[in-house]
Parts: sequence; structure tokens; C-alpha cells
Amino acid sequence: MQQNKTNTLEVDETGEEAVNDNIDSTPTHAINLGNIVDSSGERVTLADEKIAIEVSDFNLFYGDKQALKSINMTIPEKKVTAFIGPSGCGKSTLLRCFNRMNDLIDSVSVNGQIKIDDRDIFDKTINVAELRRRVGMVFQKPNPFPKSIYENVAYGLRIQGVNDRRTLDAVVEKSLKGAALWDEVKDRLDDLAMGLSGGQQQRLVIARAIAIEPEIILLDEPASALDPISTLKIEELIYELKEKFTIVIVTHNMQQAARVSDYTAYMYLGELVEFNDTSTLFTNPNEKMTEDYITGRYG
Amino acid sequence: MNTQIKNWFSSGRPYVWLNAGAVTVSAIMVIGLLLLIAVRGLEHFWPADIAVFDYYAEPDAEKVSYMGEYIDRDTVTRARAGNIKYEGDEFTRYLLKIGNRDVYGLDFAWVIGAGIKNESYPEDATIIERREWGNLHGFIKSVTVNGQTIESGDIWQTFQETVEASNKIHEEIRHIEKDLIGAINYKMERLRLQERRLEIKGNKTPEELADLESKRAELQSEYNVYTEQLAKLYKEFNEPFFVAVLAGGKEKTVNFSIVVRAFRPNAMSVFDKIGFYFEKLWEFLSDEPREANTEGGIFPAIFGTVLMVIIMSILVTPFGVVAAVYLREYASQGPFTRLVRIAVNNLAGVPSVVYGVFGLGFFVYFLGGSIDQLFFKASLPAPTFGTPGLLWASLTLAILTVPVVIVATEEGLSRVPRAIREGSLAVGATKAETMWRTVLPMTAPAMITGLILAVARAAGEVAPLMLVGVVKLAPSLPLDANAPFLHLDRKFMHLGFHIYDVGFQSPNVEAARPLVYATALLLVLLIIVLNLTAIRIRNNLREKYRAAEQN
Repeated sequence: MQQNKTNTLEVDETGEEAVNDNIDSTPTHAINLGNIVDSSGERVTLADEKIAIEVSDFNLFYGDKQALKSINMTIPEKKVTAFIGPSGCGKSTLLRCFNRMNDLIDSVSVNGQIKIDDRDIFDKTINVAELRRRVGMVFQKPNPFPKSIYENVAYGLRIQGVNDRRTLDAVVEKSLKGAALWDEVKDRLDDLAMGLSGGQQQRLVIARAIAIEPEIILLDEPASALDPISTLKIEELIYELKEKFTIVIVTHNMQQAARVSDYTAYMYLGELVEFNDTSTLFTNPNEKMTEDYITGRYG
Repeated sequence: MNTQIKNWFSSGRPYVWLNAGAVTVSAIMVIGLLLLIAVRGLEHFWPADIAVFDYYAEPDAEKVSYMGEYIDRDTVTRARAGNIKYEGDEFTRYLLKIGNRDVYGLDFAWVIGAGIKNESYPEDATIIERREWGNLHGFIKSVTVNGQTIESGDIWQTFQETVEASNKIHEEIRHIEKDLIGAINYKMERLRLQERRLEIKGNKTPEELADLESKRAELQSEYNVYTEQLAKLYKEFNEPFFVAVLAGGKEKTVNFSIVVRAFRPNAMSVFDKIGFYFEKLWEFLSDEPREANTEGGIFPAIFGTVLMVIIMSILVTPFGVVAAVYLREYASQGPFTRLVRIAVNNLAGVPSVVYGVFGLGFFVYFLGGSIDQLFFKASLPAPTFGTPGLLWASLTLAILTVPVVIVATEEGLSRVPRAIREGSLAVGATKAETMWRTVLPMTAPAMITGLILAVARAAGEVAPLMLVGVVKLAPSLPLDANAPFLHLDRKFMHLGFHIYDVGFQSPNVEAARPLVYATALLLVLLIIVLNLTAIRIRNNLREKYRAAEQN
């Protein structure tokens, strides 16, 4: 355990330095940490990615209980990063830190840094609503508002004060198309969103998230409440979305992580055990614990 | 046998019976109550036949002739009947409405059935409703219009025409007196206040005074025109009269100016009676009360009740909702919040008259008095808001019902799923925006539930109102054509208080009794209508949000 941690720490510390070096040169930058992570002899591409989110020495407590322990990682831009791990390992908690959803829980306290665009999102000067506009989120269960399909997608824009009908029309159409839902609902945009099936609702929620054009989309087990066909559609959608957005997905389903993600992080008991490109992590994990988990010998 | 009973008990059947029984008893009680007040209240408007008979209180007593409608009957023992000389141990007594209060002193009488002789139902027996002295029961002997006396021929026709003409004049007079001259008086009063204000400021300039004086002169001349018109109308109004023969042959001369309507129930067909019934019912709903609230309608009371409930709703809803939102969403959930919540719940249990006392002390004397000092100094010492009135009554009831709204709204807020809030926050809405755009709309059904309970309680409340604004007879409605149209400082009439007043404060108990039932029925119906409207709105909203709440 301790070993693993040092390992990941090392990766990220180096990464952080690299970021710091690059702050003034270019806003989006490549960092090279391939030679450190590479333990299997394979070339690790994570190092070549541009960074979207950078987590350093991040701890989170629920009251006295520590839920995240010294997390260090970098989430690459315009790629799909999956968090896997057993229940209660902190993967959702970590995900919800990226848009500060944990603020809603009174007992939560944090230390360490999460940087998006080189700004610590826990900084006092950060506007949380603005942060959440840039970091969208889709939840485990579809949670459309009790409004029409149209209004659900337009919600984020209306919050921003956009009320021009033509702009809204265009954005709603674009977002629904982007969420692969347009053909199914284009004739009933004024119907209540509750009338859609679970899978459609989840895609509607994704459309709602992409309507405000975030940079990052967080998916918290987006398919766990859906049937296999809807799940497949969501997965296809994720594949298309990564063209434009950085995607972080939490999933219980290892096959799903393997199918959709470019990078995968395995977490256990609040620690980041291993973070690597998906094929490496699944075929040739560094850690014994990771291997145990993905082969089903966990525990 | 024993095992059978045991089995029966363990099958759960007795409890089903018990529950069903309880429901049945409750239903019977409610339906019975409604039926009782409905029957007692509604039969009052039916035009019963009038009997003409001779009555001997004792077999050897002197004959008295009566003319009246049977209202009620009961059977009494000899002792209770006052040991009269008729044979038998039990007597049937009848309650009769004999009218002619100016002649007999009372317009109701109990008579012993055995003493009724020579009963008949003559077709030309007439009931004449008057604005004074109650109904007149008699036969029309002659009508005098324009100096011409008609004694034969179609007297009835002439009579009805004269009544109609007279009522038209009456309406005109009322319009002039109440609306036109009322408006002038209102303006005069404002001029007086204006002058008084100038006086208080201490800079009464001659120009301003002259201006006021000219306005006053204008109003005065307008007023003079109206008084002239009135004098003419009154002359016309007071001129025609008729002579009626009462039971027993006594004659009575009555001016047409006090006649509301006349009818001959014995000559009416069933359809005539039905038509008449609805006419009376409509009068009850739409007219103003007469004769110490025992005759006429109760429109001002209906109007006052509805207006007060509406104003109360407008006051209580935002107040309660804001409090609930703070308690549930913003206040940190510590012992203090819990204490506040307990206090709010207990407020709902405080006797309503206590609120009345509070309203009188705080709203009327303190707040109202201060408002008068600040804004209505000119009309002092006559209070404007420093006296019971519509606003204070509505506010008092708003305080009385605010706990209900708070509790219901909190309940509703707690039912909005976390997922919906998070969904809104996740697209960049602030907490306030989430509240406003998503959570509060979803809480609307619960708010309306609270409002329904509040309205039901407020509409039926009487005790606090007696202290803070309700009166037996309000001279004018709180809503009229004089700016600012809604007069929150005016006193008003209320159905609940009307029931109490007519039932317990009326000098004419027998006449008032059916009105108590009718008014009670109306109050119940009014609350039902208010509630049904609110329930309908709520159900529509609920339908919309049901699916979202199941998430």
C-alpha cells in the first residue's frame, strides 16, 4: 500500500513541477513523465497529454474520517479518464471535488490543491457557480427537472440570462444532437422530461450538461441505473463527446471502464493505487492490488 | 366455539370492521350536519301557505283572529302547556309567523292546536314584506296612487305595479344617497383633511385656502343639485299608500315607500313558488341585511369574508414560504433551529382569541396608532388605522395561520430530491437560482396545501375577528369606486360573526333562527369552494412534479 502511494506520488510530483515550469509559456502544455511511470516497458502516453485537472496532495475529511488520502494525479484533456474501485473507495467523492459538489455537505473539509486552468478551485476568489458551469456533471440516476424537454436543456443558458428564443432554439437542437437524442424527441420538445425513458432521460441530462459548453464533464456512474441497450448508447455517446470535452467517469463496471476510457485510475480506501492508460492497467497492472481487483480476486 | 372466536380475531376481521365502523360514523356525522343545516337553512325561503283562523286560548276565552304561516310544531304535556282548560293530557302546539309586529308586538306566536277554529286558506291573503316592522299579513282593501283611490277591480295588479314603481324610486334614491352623495362626502372629508394638514404644517397660504374653498363650493353646489333631486323623488316616493284589512277586521294604512314586495302564497302554483324561492335565495345572497340582520341578504358578509381570506392569503403565503425556506435551506440545523421549529409548531396550537388580543394590542393600538401619528395626523383624533379594520384582521389571521404554511412548505422542501438540486447546481446555478427556478416550483403543491389549511382555518375563525375588525353592520363595503378603491382601514362584516350575531344577539329569535342555518350553510359552502379551487390547482401541479419526486 505504502509503496503504491509513493509510486503515484512520484509521478505526480514530477508532473506538477513540469506544470509549474510551463505556467507562463503556454496555457495548454505537454508534460513528460513517461520515463517514470513506465514500469512494464511499455510507452506510457499519459505524459504526453495536455492537462485538464491537476490534483496535488489532496485530502478530504468527512468530519474526522479521512475519505481521500493525499491524492496526486493529472487528468488529461479531451480524453476519457475512468475511476474504478470498490464501493466506498472515494472515487465518487474525488469526482465531486472537481466541481465542488462536496461543498453541499456541511461536515466536509479539504486540504491540498485541485487546479483547473492553473487555478486552485478551492481558492476563496473562485466563483463556484462559474466553476460548475465549466465543469459539468451527470449523476448516477437521471435527474431531469420537472419541466419540458426544451426547458431542461435550456436551463443552464437561462441561468446565465440567455432568453433569446433563437439562440436557445439553436443551442437546444445542437445539444440534443450532441447527446444523440434529437431524433427521438424533436417532435415533442414541449413534453415533460419525465415522460422519457431512463436512458433517454440520462441522455437529456447529458444534453443539459453540454448545452452550456463546459470544458470538463464529470460522469458519476452514468449508466448504472440503465438497461444494457441504453448503457451502450451512453457509451457510444461518451466516445463521441471526448472529441470536444474532457471526460471523467466513475464506474463500477470494469468492462465499461475498459471499453470507454483512455486512462483508468484504480482507487482503494481513499487512496489512488494506480493510474495508467487503460490498456496497460487492465492487461498489465503495476500493482498486485489492482490486478486482484480487475481479475475479481479482490479482498 | 372458543377457537372460532379466536380465529375470527386472529383473521383481522374485527379490526377491519372497527375501522370501517369509525369511517361510517364520521361520514354519517359530517353528512348529517350538512343535511341539518342545509334543510333548516334552505326551507326558510319557501313561501308557505298562510292560514286564516280564529283562535281561542281557552275554550271560553275571547276570540282572536290570526293570519300566518305554520313554522314549527311540538307536543307538550298539560303541565307545560300551562294547565289550560281544554281536555286531554297532551297538546299539540304550533309556531306561527303571524307578522304585523307593529300590531301584535311580536311576529311569531305559539298556539294550542285545540284552540284553532274556522281555519281557511283564502286566495287573496297577502304577505307584504316591508323595510320596517317586518311582514304585514292581511287583505288589500284599497290602493291610493296619484290621489286616486282604487277599491274594486284589479287592485292586485295596480298594487304590484305601484310596488314596482316605488322600488325603482327607492333604488334611485339609494343610488343618489349612497353613491353620488357618498362620493361627495368622501371628497369633502379629504378637503377637510387637506386643510387640516396645512394647518398642522402651519403655512396656510391664502391661495391654498381659496383653492380649497372653491373646491368645496363646487362640491356644495353639486350636493345641492342632488338634494333637490332627492326632495322631488321623496315626494313621489312617499305619496302612494294602501289600506290593508288584517285578520279580525282591523284596518291599517301603509305607505308604499316601505314595501319591498308582496305575494299571495295561497294563490301561487308550485312553479310560481319555485320561482319565488329562487328569487328569495338570490336576495339572500346578493342583498344587504335589513331589520337588525333578520331580513334581507348577507352579501356584505360574504364579500367581507372572501376579501379578508384573500388578503390574508396574500400576506401569509410569502411570509410562511420565506420563513420555511430559511429554516430548511439556509439556517444551520442546530438546537436553535430546532427550538424555532418547535415554537412554530406550538404557535399553531395557541387559542385564536389570544391572537385577537395580540392583534388588538400590537397591530391596532401600537402599529395602527403609530401609522396614524405618522401619516394620518390630519384626521386625528379620529383614528384611521388605529382602530380595528380589514388590514389588521387579515394580518392577525395571517399570523394565526402562518405556522401551518411554514410546516407544509418545509415538508414540501424536504421532499424535493437532492438529485434535482444537484442537477441544477451542476449546470452553474447558484443556490438561490436553484431555489427560485426549480425547488420552489416543485414545492408549490405543498405550499398550496398549507394555504388550503390556512384558508379553511381563517375563514371559520370568529373570536379574534371580533377584536380586530369585524362589525355587526358595516355602513360600506371595503371595496368601492372611491380612490384608493380598496379601503384596508374599514371595518367589515363576516359570515362567522354574522352567525354569532344573528343567533345570539338578535332581538327577534324566531326570525333569526333559520338565517343562522342558512348563513352557516353558506359559510361551509364558501370554504368548500375556496378549498376545492385550491385543491384543483394543487393537483394539477402535483401531477406535473410527481415523476420528478420519485427519483
